[in-house]
Amino acid sequence: MNKELSRQERADALGGMGCKRKRVEDARFTQGKGNYVDDIKLPGMLFGDFVRSPYAHARIKSINTDAAMALDGVVAVLTAADLAPLGLHWMPTLAGDKQMVLADGKVLFQGQEVAYVVAKDRYIAADAVELVEVEYEELEVIIDPFASLKSDVVLREDLVAEDGSLPDGAHGPRKHHNHIFTWEVGDKETTEQVIGEAEVVAEDMFYYHRTHPCPLETCGCVASMDKVNGKLTLYGTFQAPHAIRTVVSLISGIEEHNIRVISPDIGGGFGNKVGAYPGYVCSVVASIVTGVPVKWVEDRMENLMTTAFARDYWMKGKIAATKEGKITGLWCHTTADHGGFDACADPTKFPAGFMNICTGSYDIPVAYLAVDGVYTNKAPGGVSYRCSFRVTEAVYFIERMIEVLAIELNMDPAELRRINFIKKEQFPYQSALGWEYDSGDYHTAWDKALEAVDYKGLRAEQAQRVEDFKAGKTRSLMGIGLTFFTEIVGAGPVKNCDILGLGMFDSCEIRIHPTGSAIARLGTISQGQGHATTFAQILATEIGLPADSITIEEGDTDTAPYGLGTYGSRSTPVAGAATAMAGRKIRAKAQMIAAYLLEVHDDDVEFDVDRFVVKGAPEKFKTMKEIAFAAYNQAIPGIEPGLEAVSYYDPPNMTYPFGAYVCVMDIDVDTGVTDIRRFYALDDCGTRINPMIIEGQIHGGLTEALAVALGQEIAYDDMGNVKTGTLMDFFLPTAWEVPNYETDHTVTPSPHHPIGAKGVGESPHVGGVPCFSNAVNDAFKAFGLRHTHMPHDHWRIWQTANKLGLHG
Amino acid sequence: MAKKMHIQMTVNGEEQEFLAEPRELLIHTLRERLNITGPHIGCETSHCGACTVTINGKSVKSCTMFVAQANGAEVTTIEGLGSPDSLHVLQEAFKEHHGLQCGFCTPGMITRASKLLEEIPNPTEEEVRFGMAGNICRCTGYQNIVKSILAAAAEMSAAKEAAE
Repeated sequence: MNKELSRQERADALGGMGCKRKRVEDARFTQGKGNYVDDIKLPGMLFGDFVRSPYAHARIKSINTDAAMALDGVVAVLTAADLAPLGLHWMPTLAGDKQMVLADGKVLFQGQEVAYVVAKDRYIAADAVELVEVEYEELEVIIDPFASLKSDVVLREDLVAEDGSLPDGAHGPRKHHNHIFTWEVGDKETTEQVIGEAEVVAEDMFYYHRTHPCPLETCGCVASMDKVNGKLTLYGTFQAPHAIRTVVSLISGIEEHNIRVISPDIGGGFGNKVGAYPGYVCSVVASIVTGVPVKWVEDRMENLMTTAFARDYWMKGKIAATKEGKITGLWCHTTADHGGFDACADPTKFPAGFMNICTGSYDIPVAYLAVDGVYTNKAPGGVSYRCSFRVTEAVYFIERMIEVLAIELNMDPAELRRINFIKKEQFPYQSALGWEYDSGDYHTAWDKALEAVDYKGLRAEQAQRVEDFKAGKTRSLMGIGLTFFTEIVGAGPVKNCDILGLGMFDSCEIRIHPTGSAIARLGTISQGQGHATTFAQILATEIGLPADSITIEEGDTDTAPYGLGTYGSRSTPVAGAATAMAGRKIRAKAQMIAAYLLEVHDDDVEFDVDRFVVKGAPEKFKTMKEIAFAAYNQAIPGIEPGLEAVSYYDPPNMTYPFGAYVCVMDIDVDTGVTDIRRFYALDDCGTRINPMIIEGQIHGGLTEALAVALGQEIAYDDMGNVKTGTLMDFFLPTAWEVPNYETDHTVTPSPHHPIGAKGVGESPHVGGVPCFSNAVNDAFKAFGLRHTHMPHDHWRIWQTANKLGLHG
Repeated sequence: MAKKMHIQMTVNGEEQEFLAEPRELLIHTLRERLNITGPHIGCETSHCGACTVTINGKSVKSCTMFVAQANGAEVTTIEGLGSPDSLHVLQEAFKEHHGLQCGFCTPGMITRASKLLEEIPNPTEEEVRFGMAGNICRCTGYQNIVKSILAAAAEMSAAKEAAE
């Protein structure tokens, strides 16, 4: 006879929320048995490859495909002329613009898709790409957004009316033929008045350079048109498979029920795999034309040069304060370089994403933000690389602004933050730019962080280092980077968040099997976050069945309920909530079944970890396993057989994770080499589902932040040539460059989320970038530096030191 | 198109013989010809290490090696390191210490680590970080990868000592 388990032992046996459950995904990945898009092999499959423009801006005079078509093994070569009769030579972007699928008379960025070759294998396709003859006429190239707004050169003739007037864009009137939109939030007049009358004003321009999410697996797809049944199956690296299905249906005319989109294992996304790319459209067309499956997988250069850049924001800021450091107003004007097409992945009503979270963690009474989107001869994109929509830009802006204000006030930046934090009792807090922050306890987190690193001690050490440097005893400076960030994630409420008109709810469907195991399907898709592990933990706690007995499935639109996918840290805040709510529906029915089995009224039983017990008589109970069997085995009056539930969750608000980071960095003044001596990260993501996975997300996000802050960029020369198109030039840190991180946490649950969780995957990136950057700037503060732009690679740091006269 | 070459190689202990264009890259031979899809393609320029395999006892990035160069070679991929019933110590350690997230770099990472621990059976953290610098991971920040490898090294050393 088994000893009766204690309540805690029963809870532990479930592997529910809060435990460091090992990942169920790892068995296949560690044995090389993941199933990624390029692993998919279908009978008769052909390969697609692109002819791409070597020029950043050129007219296409002619395209000759004869030699390519003559090559043995080439099946088709598609150009815009072939797609035009189908209306597929252009496609809609997520931002309300349109984008050429294949060059329609001109090209607008280097690497733009000009023709699509379909061949029997990838080698023949690559050979054929070389045989396609394209005659170009070079046009003047514009890579600077400020110059673009003054230039007579029209980048997008399709957006200028015949009489020369400018039709409105998707986000209102346009000021210039290379202008896309102006987006304004806040109170301009009052903000400018406050700044005009302020005791202290700090002002600066912050450039958040163009970079790229660069997941280790590039983008790709396999399109398979079954002409007999009229069904299209599209496998691909899609962060939002349902949205892709709807988009494919809308642009191809194939009815949505005849399209099945499958996201298999995805080798990292970080925002790169949210958008729809010409490769998908061309592969679908090629499969329809040939009647056989067509695979397209971009190579690394194509990935870096053409799909989904991030950032490229010029942010001019002014911040007003009293002499004591109390902030009284914030003003920001951003010039946003969107490249040749506006393909930003943002909710429809937010053309600059949630950039209006730029008042940060501070109680700022009045603020104003304006963003101007601009066309240039760069690749389209503007995705949120490991952040919610433009949140990293916003946080970088305010956290640099604070540092510059601290210099202006001659005040310690930690103290300046502290006296301006939104107080615990002010939540829910209405920000000047329109958000309602759900919960926070910033002072507690900040004090904990500063104490953990001995902040005072660090400042004393830094002062001594400056003395030693001036005395010629050392050539190394010390920077202390501080950041306190507030994110806005979990998009979002359907009332104000949609993409292409699709509300940004998410979903979960649960089926409990007769023997007490289950499958749950969600509208999201993991790209390494470990959903199969953590969503099962949520359910284990909610429905009282072991996490090990719950399969989580995502990514197949034929089986999963509709959802908007995984990006912007929305899986836990939205799909995680749907999972909990669907679990509660299961529990509600289980309660009725339990009451029937125990021969008491529904209200006389209560849920207890893994069972329903009769109130006041815990020895009388039915376990969830017994209840599951009864649902299939007994005719219960008034209750349908089976045990299933579905929930579509429309979040009432965003969630607002926050954190306090400190970076301690030594900088060799003569080489510009940085050494991160210490990095402390305190995160508050509300309720913690799996601490092991949270910690892994923090390590990874910080490393991507290190990359962006210290060297990673998509750089162009004046001709519009991409200078960082391979991993030789595009900085991805290795184990050698990355420090060990110290992680810590506080827990302030979200009051509106069913389990109080806020999402965490992007926090470390959003908080990390300004923290690394602040450390570099801080190291040179004693020598008069106010601000220097990222990325802080060794060469740029050396230049900074040189300009400050530190090289003697 | 060049004339096809007769190629013979041993992959994960199995003899393979076929005709291939000499320009065929080894990673494509493995993935497309032999259906060994553990090694992945991440960059095609030898930087990322997702395609790492062991060739004649050395770690090699199979995306920049022609199949012709591997003629006669002995090749081991992640599929040859352990089996579902008997995982390699490193495979267990990566699972135990959360040394992976999206899993795309993992086969190359573990294959490289298996060689590293032959080259340096008891590495320091610094030696692990240096020895693994040819393999890029975008998800983990390496902290738990390093932890996994150090844990595996300790376990393998302990097992070796116990055997002696």
